[in-house]
Amino acid sequence: MAASAAALLEVRNLRVEFPSRRGSLVALDDISFSISPGEVLGVVGESGAGKSLTGAAIIGLLEPPGRIVSGEIRLAGERIDNLPYERMRAIRGRRIGAIFQDPLTSLNPLYTIGRQLIETIRTHLPLSEEQARARAIKLLQETGIPAAEQRINQYPHQFSGGMRQRVVIALALAAEPELIVADEPTTALDVSIQAQIISLIRRLCKDHGTAVMLVTHDMGVIAETCDRVAVMYAGRIVEVGPVADVIHRPSHPYTVGLMGSIPAMDQERERLLQIDGAMPRLNAIPPGCAFNPRCPHAFERCRSERPELLDAGATRAACWLVAEGERRAA
Amino acid sequence: MSRGDASPPGPLVEVKDLAKVFDVSAPWLNRVVERKPRQYVHAVDGVSFSIARGQTLALVGESGCGKSTVARLLVGLYKPTRGSVQFDGKDTHGVADQAQLRIMRRRMQMIFQDPYASLNPRWKVQDIVGEPLTEHGLVADAQELRSRVGDLLLSVGLAAADVEKFPHQFSGGQRQRISIARALATQPEFLVCDEPTSALDVSVQAQVLNIMKDLQRKQGLTYLFISHNLAVVRHVADQVGVMYLGRLVELAHKADLFITPRHPYTRMLLDAIPDIHMSGRQRTPVQGEVPNPLTPPTGCAFHPRCPHANARCSQERPELKPWQRIAVACHAVEEGRI
Repeated sequence: MAASAAALLEVRNLRVEFPSRRGSLVALDDISFSISPGEVLGVVGESGAGKSLTGAAIIGLLEPPGRIVSGEIRLAGERIDNLPYERMRAIRGRRIGAIFQDPLTSLNPLYTIGRQLIETIRTHLPLSEEQARARAIKLLQETGIPAAEQRINQYPHQFSGGMRQRVVIALALAAEPELIVADEPTTALDVSIQAQIISLIRRLCKDHGTAVMLVTHDMGVIAETCDRVAVMYAGRIVEVGPVADVIHRPSHPYTVGLMGSIPAMDQERERLLQIDGAMPRLNAIPPGCAFNPRCPHAFERCRSERPELLDAGATRAACWLVAEGERRAA
Repeated sequence: MSRGDASPPGPLVEVKDLAKVFDVSAPWLNRVVERKPRQYVHAVDGVSFSIARGQTLALVGESGCGKSTVARLLVGLYKPTRGSVQFDGKDTHGVADQAQLRIMRRRMQMIFQDPYASLNPRWKVQDIVGEPLTEHGLVADAQELRSRVGDLLLSVGLAAADVEKFPHQFSGGQRQRISIARALATQPEFLVCDEPTSALDVSVQAQVLNIMKDLQRKQGLTYLFISHNLAVVRHVADQVGVMYLGRLVELAHKADLFITPRHPYTRMLLDAIPDIHMSGRQRTPVQGEVPNPLTPPTGCAFHPRCPHANARCSQERPELKPWQRIAVACHAVEEGRI
């Protein structure tokens, strides 16, 4: 496999279902993407689009009864979606780090952050207590925590929200993972702190050559941080491509609507572009393209046949307009 | 309806030196046994502004800057420690006459941030939107109530048949429309909106913001719009007030504030916004965090994070003073240093 040799993470045709009394709910439907070493892939979409679920599937933390029904996830060529619990546990933290939205719930309030860092480091790396402590202090300094030697002995409640998220990032980096899954890492933070955390994640990952999957609903964060971006809608990827192309020349009507609905800082608009309606619930995803009831350009084929990701200029979009060459969306 | 008449001159809302102090001391026993001192948070500390009829004033700032407290003081959910709120020339907190107070309350309404928490889950939409109408005696009978509620729902883009549904049958954006319909029920002139779109997805946020703008144009509403999102503020506001630790640091027309921000904190906030169009503009990295409001810094509260601070800034608190066309609280701007 030539493609998987270059990519660090490769997700192919991933399908996640939640069994329910009235049949299975398809939460992720035929998701495929890859991330290269040192690359930041953004995954953007509205609540319920399945972006966090994609992250959870990769780190092997799908909440039951949710389960991977088909497809595969490969880390450096090796399948990780079907590993036994203990083997996945050894990979999680060591080779895949995770950063979650709320830094307060990611840290144990009863232990000093030093203890939590040292424990994580020693679980994954063959270091002595002293060496692990030195590494913990170095990590805290790297993430921009002042007076790291003193603060390592403090408890999470003694840190502010932004500082806590830095500690969580230090924890995620503790074992030098190859991939970090960051799920809404700045959503709970104020805008001035968010800017600091974004540039921190970006800098650290470039320094360490870590690949990042950044899940967020904020297009601004994507624009600042990512190399490529995947736009999700109703459990499917509708468009994927280099971040500048997706933002400036989106092909999928949903991406066009999403970009138009964001109030812009540099241009004055009397009305925002709005996409009428709302994303369908998982038990009521329409046949064909999931976006067709809200799409201003939908035609017959969209209502019956589901589009695959097709080449659309610089990006790839799952839209029949692209296939028909009827690029009215732009 | 007073709206149709020639509006009297003067601002609709005028706030003077408004302040709210919260007592956050430990309980009495802890104070006695552990000798803990009494502690006070100056959540809002001397804020003054006015809003002209039909205009939108937006207050922006980071968490804990006191913007939501201002909103609650304005509609009377809190009693101010100091200062006054004048609504249409009358002091809202000085009215002793209950009947007059009711009339005044009818003319101002509030929309809250979380549409999942602000609607009673056991009530039908009919009851939620109809309650202000019956409460203020604005409808004669049940039939009129029904038709008024139906009209209100239509005005926010919902269907009249939705009256029979419960809040859980709606999405977040639709729920926020129900909140707006409820707020509009008493035909208010002034709406206080506390982060009305921060719990919503961006495409839904666009729907709600468009409705709010349409309603303002049609009904001549006056808004106080609280938000932490500067891009949203730029879209909806006429005037913008930037708050930091309970005080206004800059108050300016939208065009002035966004094109030539003066206060170093305003500049920092604008610099911190992720640049969605990747224009590659130059920006100074943001530094530091908001200090603990229990122990605010001396002098200008922003001086520990400010790149232009000098000795005067750490000792003397700057007042919000008119400067050219705007008002700004900064020694450096006043002295012409920046």
